[in-house]
Amino acid sequence: MNLLIQQTVNGLTLGSIYCLVALGLTLIYGIMEVPNFAHGHLYMVGGYVTFFMMTLYGLNYWVSAIISGIVLAVLGILLERLVFNPMRNSPSSNKFIAAVGAMLFLEASARVLWGSDFRSIPAIYDNVVVMGGVRLTEQRLIIIAGAVILMVALYVFIKHTMIGSTIEAMAQNRDGASLVGIDVNRVAMLTFAVASILASAAASLAGPIFLVYPGMGSLIIMKAFVIIVIGGMGSIPGAVLGSFILGLTESLGATYLSSNYKDVVAFAILVLILSIKPSGLFAKGAR
Amino acid sequence: MLDGMKKSNAKLIAYGGFLAVAIAFPFISPNRYYLTVVTLGFIYAIAVYGLNLIVGYLGQLSLAQAGFFGLGAYVSGLLSLKLHLSFWISLPMAAVVTTLVALLVGLISFRTRGHYFVIFTLCIGVIINLVIEKWDDLTGGVRGLIGIPRPTSIGPIDFISLESQYYLVLFFLSLTIFVMSQIASSLVGRTFKSIRNSEELAATLGINVMRNKLLAFGIAAFFTGIAGALFAGYIRFIGPDISNPHLTFEFLLFLLIGGQATIAGPLVGTLIATGLTESLQFMQEYRMVVFGALLIIIVKFFPGGLVGAAMKLKTKIEKRMNKANKSVNAPSKGENHAAKNRGFN
Repeated sequence: MNLLIQQTVNGLTLGSIYCLVALGLTLIYGIMEVPNFAHGHLYMVGGYVTFFMMTLYGLNYWVSAIISGIVLAVLGILLERLVFNPMRNSPSSNKFIAAVGAMLFLEASARVLWGSDFRSIPAIYDNVVVMGGVRLTEQRLIIIAGAVILMVALYVFIKHTMIGSTIEAMAQNRDGASLVGIDVNRVAMLTFAVASILASAAASLAGPIFLVYPGMGSLIIMKAFVIIVIGGMGSIPGAVLGSFILGLTESLGATYLSSNYKDVVAFAILVLILSIKPSGLFAKGAR
Repeated sequence: MLDGMKKSNAKLIAYGGFLAVAIAFPFISPNRYYLTVVTLGFIYAIAVYGLNLIVGYLGQLSLAQAGFFGLGAYVSGLLSLKLHLSFWISLPMAAVVTTLVALLVGLISFRTRGHYFVIFTLCIGVIINLVIEKWDDLTGGVRGLIGIPRPTSIGPIDFISLESQYYLVLFFLSLTIFVMSQIASSLVGRTFKSIRNSEELAATLGINVMRNKLLAFGIAAFFTGIAGALFAGYIRFIGPDISNPHLTFEFLLFLLIGGQATIAGPLVGTLIATGLTESLQFMQEYRMVVFGALLIIIVKFFPGGLVGAAMKLKTKIEKRMNKANKSVNAPSKGENHAAKNRGFN
């Protein structure tokens, strides 16, 4: 029983990280119809920035995470301006290829700049909390709490602020949004900035438990794609739901089925779902 | 008519020229290192031809190709290593198994469209990669397969020397190019293109879209499987890395540099990109800083790649010359897919 609770909490932790990455991915998809392949690598850069802020400059964990968010917002805007904005009228497979190019570029740049070593963000909150017989590190609780706070913040931002609701307006109807005077370019940049901040937050939160290395974005981006396909591409509630489904399945699957194949689970779920329903579980309208 | 004959003559000259250079290469190559690089380039090129059929002609971005490459390599490697089968049995087996798996994947994946298809095939690639890596008992996991036997000799011809292996790979490459050019100029090839241009229109004309997509996917996987088997027999050591999606991205890069939907493109792109990689070997791990950026630039400004750009330049020059000659020759008509494909299937 304890094992079950333990693994559920681990699944929630995993789901929280996935959620922050997948939310950004689905936001970008909703606005620009671009599958941003480089998104996992923004997550990676976010992890590195936090790591260096703490180790090189001796900054506080939270200050480092905020600086990392700012740096990533700028990087996200650059990515939109340099790669995706020029490609906006190209066929969709070309956008995909451009995103792959951006991904390869970011990963190789990280290797050039920072080497291929595995690093770990210094853990400050590694005390063990015992709750109802379950032992947890504080960091895991911080991850879950952090993800929930960011999700609520995102919700408030999109639903209750003028600038945030431009994102939703454009996701719903691009032409309609520009008709009522919403600047398409500004919304695109804003979306990339928000998505990048979420990715860097995910990396800063996960950094003390998982590791930071140039290839860390590759697997998580594929899982994030699985999540947003499960949840319907462009759907925010779908991304949240999908993340926790995946996190829990992986962590419970690893315990009760096979830890060797735990990474296969995500992709097997996707294959299964798309075999039954080719347009995803919660797809909006056509396709 | 005359124009057509001229064209096919030019094609014959191009093929003959390529074959002559390729056959002479081991004799003129200044050192054996180049020979190994080109042999490997040829093996990759075979897989890139498969990708070209799907991405270039059919217009579907499949990211499972490295998975099929790895599958072909492992099937052939395992059969010859563990069951001691001849290379000439394990190679066709690899091609057949890869094709069957691809058809199965295609049956499901072609029900999805657009981005879903891309992500789905990517996931298939990842699954194949993960299964190869995790199925320790069979595949040796991360240690890989070591000491795969060389291709079995046929009568007096053995494949021990570097030159003989080069010619073996060249044989399969020529075969691939021949088949691909036959497909490209046939009704089947034009059917693929019509699906690329508009699935709805193709379906309206009575083309069985699903069956044709499966056909292209199967043919592509067949050649990718052969490439994998050749890789296993040539390198004689394989690890799970050869099925990693990163290799798919490299294939994609080769294809785009050369030019998609062209017959020369995959070979040109693969040779140039592998050649560049080898000459930049001091930055092996970092080459993607250049290539990643290059990929974006190509796809934005030169979606036709090098061969596409060269063909554009050629038509431009021809047009100018035609004007200068005040020739009355009408420009060759574009293919009318719709008319030619009516009634097929």
